[in-house]
Amino acid sequence: MTAKQILMIENLVKHFPTKRGVVRAVDDISLHVSSGDTVGLVGESGSGKTTTAQCVVGIYPPTSGQISFDGSPIDVAFSRRSKELKGKIRIVFQDPGSSLNPKRTIKQILSVPLKVHGIGTPKERLSLMSHLLETVELPPGEYLYKHPQSIGGGEKQMVAIARALATNPRFVVLDEPTSALDVSVQGKIINLLMRLGDELDLTYLFITHDLSLMRNVATRVAIMYLGKLCEVARTEEFFRSPKHPYTRMLLSSIPVVTRQEESLKPEKIVSKGEIPSPVDVPPGCSFHLRCPERKGICSEADPETRAMDDGRLVRCHLYEHGAAKAGG
Amino acid sequence: MREQLREDLLASLRQKRRGFTKGWYKFSRNPLSVIGLVVLVSIVLAAILAPYITPYPEHAKPYTNFQDSGKPPSLTHFFGTDRVGRDIFSRVIFGYRFSLTIGIVVLSLGVAPGVILGLIAGYHQGTWIDTVIMRITDIFLAVPPLVLALAITAMLTPNLMNQMMAIALVWWPWYSRLVFALASSLRSEYFVREAELTGASKLHIMFREILPNCLAPVMTKMTLDMGIVILLGATLSFIGLGVQPPKPGLGTMVAEGAKRLPGEWWGTIFPALAIVVVILAFNLVGDGLRDVFAVEEV
Repeated sequence: MTAKQILMIENLVKHFPTKRGVVRAVDDISLHVSSGDTVGLVGESGSGKTTTAQCVVGIYPPTSGQISFDGSPIDVAFSRRSKELKGKIRIVFQDPGSSLNPKRTIKQILSVPLKVHGIGTPKERLSLMSHLLETVELPPGEYLYKHPQSIGGGEKQMVAIARALATNPRFVVLDEPTSALDVSVQGKIINLLMRLGDELDLTYLFITHDLSLMRNVATRVAIMYLGKLCEVARTEEFFRSPKHPYTRMLLSSIPVVTRQEESLKPEKIVSKGEIPSPVDVPPGCSFHLRCPERKGICSEADPETRAMDDGRLVRCHLYEHGAAKAGG
Repeated sequence: MREQLREDLLASLRQKRRGFTKGWYKFSRNPLSVIGLVVLVSIVLAAILAPYITPYPEHAKPYTNFQDSGKPPSLTHFFGTDRVGRDIFSRVIFGYRFSLTIGIVVLSLGVAPGVILGLIAGYHQGTWIDTVIMRITDIFLAVPPLVLALAITAMLTPNLMNQMMAIALVWWPWYSRLVFALASSLRSEYFVREAELTGASKLHIMFREILPNCLAPVMTKMTLDMGIVILLGATLSFIGLGVQPPKPGLGTMVAEGAKRLPGEWWGTIFPALAIVVVILAFNLVGDGLRDVFAVEEV
């Protein structure tokens, strides 16, 4: 099944000039997202995953590189994007406590995207908003006139999801949508997102640092380290045989309870060191300081992204030979 | 559907009332604020009903009765009489009308432009719009308010209207500073970012998303400022740049009485005490409001 590519990120670079030097938040990444996919973009704090998401929705224009959506370029800030495009690409932020205005009722919050995008007549909007709340499994009668501070964190995130869906988007960026929530409601939100993804035919870019979550949620997983992608693969293959040493380190650091789960993991690799500052990126492969399989070349040359036989992309000197050069 | 809507609306009203009850509970926990509120309500009611409750309402108008001139406080004249025999108590109550008018008019004229300019500058922080608005604000703030108000009033004919305009002109920059600080921190909140990404207009973002979150501090400041504005008004009247005799401005009365100190002390002390009481009442209520809003923010 070859689905249409809905979002193409090509050689995206986003640098932030600061007093201490240039922060290389995103440093030349390419990522393609097919329609209907859920791509999990995983990385530690400071790896640039959120900056990537912010470039996609247009909070920042990229320093260089292209982003295209449905074949047309969108590599500009939101202020220069068309209203139609803003309705098609939506974002759900990490903390619903700050993404919902505390002084406005749920009804007022949900009415903004409807009004801005001219969806429905003023009379129809009330039933549209009720419908949106029902879609995210909240009873409208109870919630429409409440303020965000009088409902729970999970419910707030459901309202934020309803607001994102109000414009009938095709692509939704989920910026760590569950990491600010109680564990007890995280599962509920994930299930809701997955059900909505199927029913409404949404494509997700799921930003997270929770790799274990991606096993059940993502169709493809992309691992990001210091502004670069280490490995991109389909979820089954990714978890069956991780290739990049960093990926293996991440997988072996997932806490497990049962022996059966333990057997699924690659051989134990002790994670060492911390992610370096993106102001001062190490020469050569950016991961070589922490890499257990470091070779001489790693501190000198930056590896290129290579496509493996099964279609996965790996960026590591271990796989220099016997692999065709990445086609994109 | 219609039934359901009615139910929803009633539910929202119930919720609003619950919020009000909670706010009142917080306010009432500070007994001083409640005392301030009681005093304030009494003053406002007395000022509104002055012609009906004062013993000698005609003494607020041009009136002389030299037989009663300079009488000390007694049961017929609570605060005594002035040099032309007018009842000072009645004139103080009428004087509150001027003071409250000055406070209300100055803040209505000054707060709106200050808030709007601060909002625009705060939302455009770091751009030339911010620079232009805030540097003008700084220029106004650099001159002491009394001096600037003095200069403006002195240029115009001294009367109540010009005095109010002059104070309003020195008052807006404080609100523009306050709202600038609030708005420039609120604009990086995710709900503002979300509205921008949705494509909402700047007007919507400034007035519907940011402004409601600035109102609590603005209202607190307005209550506290009422006292200061009344004091500034009285000061200008004291030096003759405001309410003109024979009209009973509190500052005007203090000035008239001061000529006959220390013998006829009541002519100065009672109007001055009246000023102190109203300022204190506004400050106590303002403190109470600050408590209510401060806890609500958490």
